[in-house]
Amino acid sequence: MATKRPLSDILADAMPKLVLAPSFLIVMVCIYGYILWTFALSFTKSRMLPQWKFVGVEQYTKLFNNDRWAVASENLIVFGGLFILICLAIGIFMAILLDQKIRQEGFLRTIYLYPMAISFIVTGTAWKWLLNPSIGLQKIVRDWGFPDFTFDWLVNSEMVVFCLVIAAVWQSSGFVMALFLAGLRGVDQEIIKAAQLDGAAMSTIYRRIILPSLKPVFFSAFVILSHIAIKSFDLVTALTGGGPGYSSDLPANFMYAHAFTRSQMGLGAASGIVMLGGVLAILIPYLYSELRQKKAR
Amino acid sequence: MITHQKRSLSQIVMRLGLYSILAFMALIYLAPLFVMLINSLKDVEEIRTGSLLALPQNPSFAAWSKAWGSACTGSTCEGIAPFFLNSFKIVIPAVIISTLLGALNGYVIAMWRFKGSELFFALLLFGCFIPFQVVLLPMAMTLGWLGLASSASGLILVHVIYGLAFTTLFFRNYYVGLPRELISAAKIDGAGFFLIFWRIVLPLSPPIIVVTVIWQFTQVWNDFLFGVVFSGADNLPVTVALNNLVNTSFGGKEYNVDMAAALLAALPTILVYVFAGKYFVRGLSAGAVKGA
Repeated sequence: MATKRPLSDILADAMPKLVLAPSFLIVMVCIYGYILWTFALSFTKSRMLPQWKFVGVEQYTKLFNNDRWAVASENLIVFGGLFILICLAIGIFMAILLDQKIRQEGFLRTIYLYPMAISFIVTGTAWKWLLNPSIGLQKIVRDWGFPDFTFDWLVNSEMVVFCLVIAAVWQSSGFVMALFLAGLRGVDQEIIKAAQLDGAAMSTIYRRIILPSLKPVFFSAFVILSHIAIKSFDLVTALTGGGPGYSSDLPANFMYAHAFTRSQMGLGAASGIVMLGGVLAILIPYLYSELRQKKAR
Repeated sequence: MITHQKRSLSQIVMRLGLYSILAFMALIYLAPLFVMLINSLKDVEEIRTGSLLALPQNPSFAAWSKAWGSACTGSTCEGIAPFFLNSFKIVIPAVIISTLLGALNGYVIAMWRFKGSELFFALLLFGCFIPFQVVLLPMAMTLGWLGLASSASGLILVHVIYGLAFTTLFFRNYYVGLPRELISAAKIDGAGFFLIFWRIVLPLSPPIIVVTVIWQFTQVWNDFLFGVVFSGADNLPVTVALNNLVNTSFGGKEYNVDMAAALLAALPTILVYVFAGKYFVRGLSAGAVKGA
């Protein structure tokens, strides 16, 4: 049947596919192909240049016995956990406050949100300064007449990871607030009015009706925040440089250091694959629940 | 919630508390910017001896002009101005190309579904979430083979490729919300793929174009990872230069210059955000964040 059709028709039919084709190619090569490539590299001895000499899981054994990697993964759990939790808490709280028919809402929203426009490099530079004991917050409070006040987290290898949390929360919590505010605006006002007529207190309405209906926003925010946490590389570079020592390294910094500056390509590739594994562990349950919801609808 | 009745005392107290919390939070969000600004106007001596929070006694833009034109960023001492230009050379093409491709992809996926287009979308979506560390090494090798290693074009290409997932997602979600009758009517009238896109879909797209452009602009401008891995000495973006400047350590630390440079590096995205941010939030609420 196709033989009789003019070429222009065939072309017109194929147009959507033709338009999508370059992107399809890019996705298959530069996402999936590269992941497989990195996966393959992670089983080789590659150091400065790739060498296709397979050594089995040697790089992974090395990785899991590497103290610096252990510190980096532990940091990610502490940093990521606190960062996500605090951002969600502040985000919901501020969104609810801003949703109370506030005058100047637009103005306030702009202030809460602007850090999102700034790069982690700039945020890190600013907070590196504020958290520096000899000129920042510690000095300010001491100058106020509390000479014993100590706030030296930035140079304390036990506490430095919390500095990352502070700076990252400052940068991202406004965005979470905006997500929740958009969600709150989407809640059906009729239901709320009906509940009010029934005499329900506002706090009950929030707890029983509004917050549960924000579950999708909650999930999106969680996924976005964990994504930010896992890829935090620039914040560490600018704020702490991974120090003191390597006490504030995150996996992303470990990967960069080994793959690009320490000529340990195989080990770097292995760490990249483990990072991907971490993302999948969060993403797959999320996608699964999304798909189930979609089917239920 | 506010009714026309007179407010009771407790309500007034509540409102007062509410506004105080909001104002306090606003102060916290503004504080770092404010501290950076006032200290960039001081000289080094005043910063070392005085308080961070004190206003400058003799405000001067000396640190700003040094940061812009003569501060050392690693091996060169030309300030961050040349890197500022580098960033624009990378950002502008990267944003235009990735937005355009995203619009076309979104249009196909939302309105010209074919067998496999949804699968493609799912495959692409995954690209929003991968940690880039897992593609850096192969990308570096590919750019080397293409002769694009350490070039601005290479960096643009990388930003387009890994921006595609988000731009497509934005446009697809927006186009799914457009009335289907619009398109089906045009199809029945015999309008073709590009005619419909050009005459019907594109004129309806400004809100989502604004969202996508702002998103991509901030992503690419603020990028550090790709910049530090893929750009050569001749086309370092401003984020990398800023980091070099702050960590360059000959002589005393010039905090005022660091702060001025950081503010300069942040300025374009802050301006975009202040002038167009409300469209961004509006666009986000209008559909970009709604479930895929």
